[in-house]
Amino acid sequence: MAFMPVKFNLQKRVKLAQGLWMIYWLSVIVGILLFGLGIFFKIELRKRSEMMDNNESHLVPNLLILVGSLACGLNAFGGKVCHDSLDPIKYAKWKPMLKPFLLLCCGFNALLLLTALLCFLMQFAVYLTLAEGLKNSIKFYKDTDTPGRCFMKRTLDMTQIEFRCCGSNNFRDWFEVQWISNRYLDMSNDLVKDRVLSNVEGKYLMDSVPFSCCNPGSPRPCIQHHLTNNSAHYDYDHRIEELNIWTRGCREALFYYFSSIMNSIGVLIIGTIILESVDMAGLKYLTTALETMEDPENPECESDGWLLEKGVKETMGELFNKMKTLGKTNQVVEGEDAPEG
Amino acid sequence: MVLLKIKFTQQRRVHLAQGLWLLSWMAVLWGGIIFCLGVYLKTELLRRAEVMDNTAIHVVPNILMMVGLASICTNWVASRVCQDSMDPTRFPRWKVPLLAWFAVSAVLCFLLIAVVVLSYALQGSLEDSLKVGLRNGIRFYKDTDVPGRCFQKETIDRLQMEFRCCGNDNFKDWFEVQWVSNRYLDFTSKDVKDRIRSNVDGRYLLDGVPFSCCNPTSPRPCLRYHLTDNNAHFSYDYQSEELNLYSRGCRQALTNYYMELMNATGPGVVSVIFIQLSVLLSLRYLQTAVETAMALEDPEGDSEGYLLEKGVKETIEDLKTNALTILKFGQVDPAAAEGSSEAADVEKDEKDAPPAPAS
Repeated sequence: MAFMPVKFNLQKRVKLAQGLWMIYWLSVIVGILLFGLGIFFKIELRKRSEMMDNNESHLVPNLLILVGSLACGLNAFGGKVCHDSLDPIKYAKWKPMLKPFLLLCCGFNALLLLTALLCFLMQFAVYLTLAEGLKNSIKFYKDTDTPGRCFMKRTLDMTQIEFRCCGSNNFRDWFEVQWISNRYLDMSNDLVKDRVLSNVEGKYLMDSVPFSCCNPGSPRPCIQHHLTNNSAHYDYDHRIEELNIWTRGCREALFYYFSSIMNSIGVLIIGTIILESVDMAGLKYLTTALETMEDPENPECESDGWLLEKGVKETMGELFNKMKTLGKTNQVVEGEDAPEG
Repeated sequence: MVLLKIKFTQQRRVHLAQGLWLLSWMAVLWGGIIFCLGVYLKTELLRRAEVMDNTAIHVVPNILMMVGLASICTNWVASRVCQDSMDPTRFPRWKVPLLAWFAVSAVLCFLLIAVVVLSYALQGSLEDSLKVGLRNGIRFYKDTDVPGRCFQKETIDRLQMEFRCCGNDNFKDWFEVQWVSNRYLDFTSKDVKDRIRSNVDGRYLLDGVPFSCCNPTSPRPCLRYHLTDNNAHFSYDYQSEELNLYSRGCRQALTNYYMELMNATGPGVVSVIFIQLSVLLSLRYLQTAVETAMALEDPEGDSEGYLLEKGVKETIEDLKTNALTILKFGQVDPAAAEGSSEAADVEKDEKDAPPAPAS
């Protein structure tokens, strides 16, 4: 008793082959899209790798690139098989490869599922890397003369301008580090000496932020320095001032950006899994319909197509037995050896 | 004496029709690309419309869009003509429309050449428009509470950050306007009162620039105020400091941006001119070859195709006389009217004269 049997005549077989051919080529386009998205994601991670301490994991984009190219290859092969399926001579040379091909597609679907899971779960890793990376970036902002860190200032400024954010959690992160290099501090000045002596580590700390924290939408020219001192500026109250500098932290801004990319890719992969399953089901119906033709010389005859030859439970049972026997062939069977010995 | 005669066999005619059909579809595609280029250029100009004073430069994308659409239509017509050219019953109806087609096609080529010329010629006008627009933008920077100008500050700030420029010609333009609104000035402070009294118009001028002029690649945190005062900052020399602020003016930056954009569309426009000309010439050859073939006793035999039936000078004179006769058709010709009445009088006299001697 077959699982989900369907009767096929010539008309239905031809329609199935044509429809399946189109779906396979649609899947090839989706595979190309996945490949492109993998490359895009990889480039984005590279662009922001300084914010993540060059420590970020490229597992997801590499998997996407692999999965995209595999999808292209497998689906192009499937399309070719469909194209040749109505011509018995051409179909005969593809026939022996079809069973392993379907098994390969099953494995590919499992890989797609794994990639989708990783897309959703790796966001935690991205968050943690961003937190660590941004903290270091802010610390190394002033080191424009240290080889390997000279562009940290420019990168962090451009990131704050582009993502409209300030600091890691918020703008107060800038109050806790010295972001002006000692080269530009007049150490003979009393003010400077006071500030440097006011903390244990001898850092020049101030309640100021860099210019890249400024919000252009503020009606007032940007106030960068003496942010917590209300009397330093006319008509200014730092507790209610909201538009002057960006209030969002860069960790939140960057995480939101990357997580929206990863979520969209995850949703696309789930769609691809559904499309691949439809492909596999269609191909199984087509192959079984072509196999069960009573009279292979007469193309007009009727045939049956199904998904599984026996029911689901019986097929599962057979699979278990097969796996058990596979395992047993490697073992020494004790009962048989004893009579020989 | 025919211009540029070529012999065509039936085979060659068929190949010409097929090749021209493909070429005209390619021309349709290129027409679409030109249209999209025009739309893109127009959107880019409209995005920065706030810092432009006049819209004279918009003629370039407008012509591009118009020519793109017209090119799609005319080349689609050319492909229909090709399809009908092998069918002797359907081809004759295209005889008169083809004349109009040639005229339209020639006008399109001319317009495309005009676009290339205009995009260079209007550069001066664009610069002037930007000069006035940016000057107003900088003047109204502080008016964030005046309706109609509240977003001027944000526009100028974003423009300076995106195009990496400062001021109109350079950052000193900011020294000549009051860019801090009076709402944020403490008029009881001595410093403010001194500055306001120091100039005739009573404006609060300072040697400072907005934050959007700051250059992120500078190794030093941005210095925005007291720019001309070397003593105000440690280890700072106003004359030799280059990286602190953007050194380029926004007018120069925007002009370069738009000129680059229009130069990038140049090759596309030139290739469309070539494609359109080749479609025009091929269609003329196809028309003449098929017409001469249909006039022969054996339609499948060899025929000749040419560009012009007579030489260039004779064709131009023919066109002139045709145009004049069409114009004369509409006029009442007073000389002809007088001449005809005189001739009628002379005839009458002649008719009267003979009977007299007879009688």
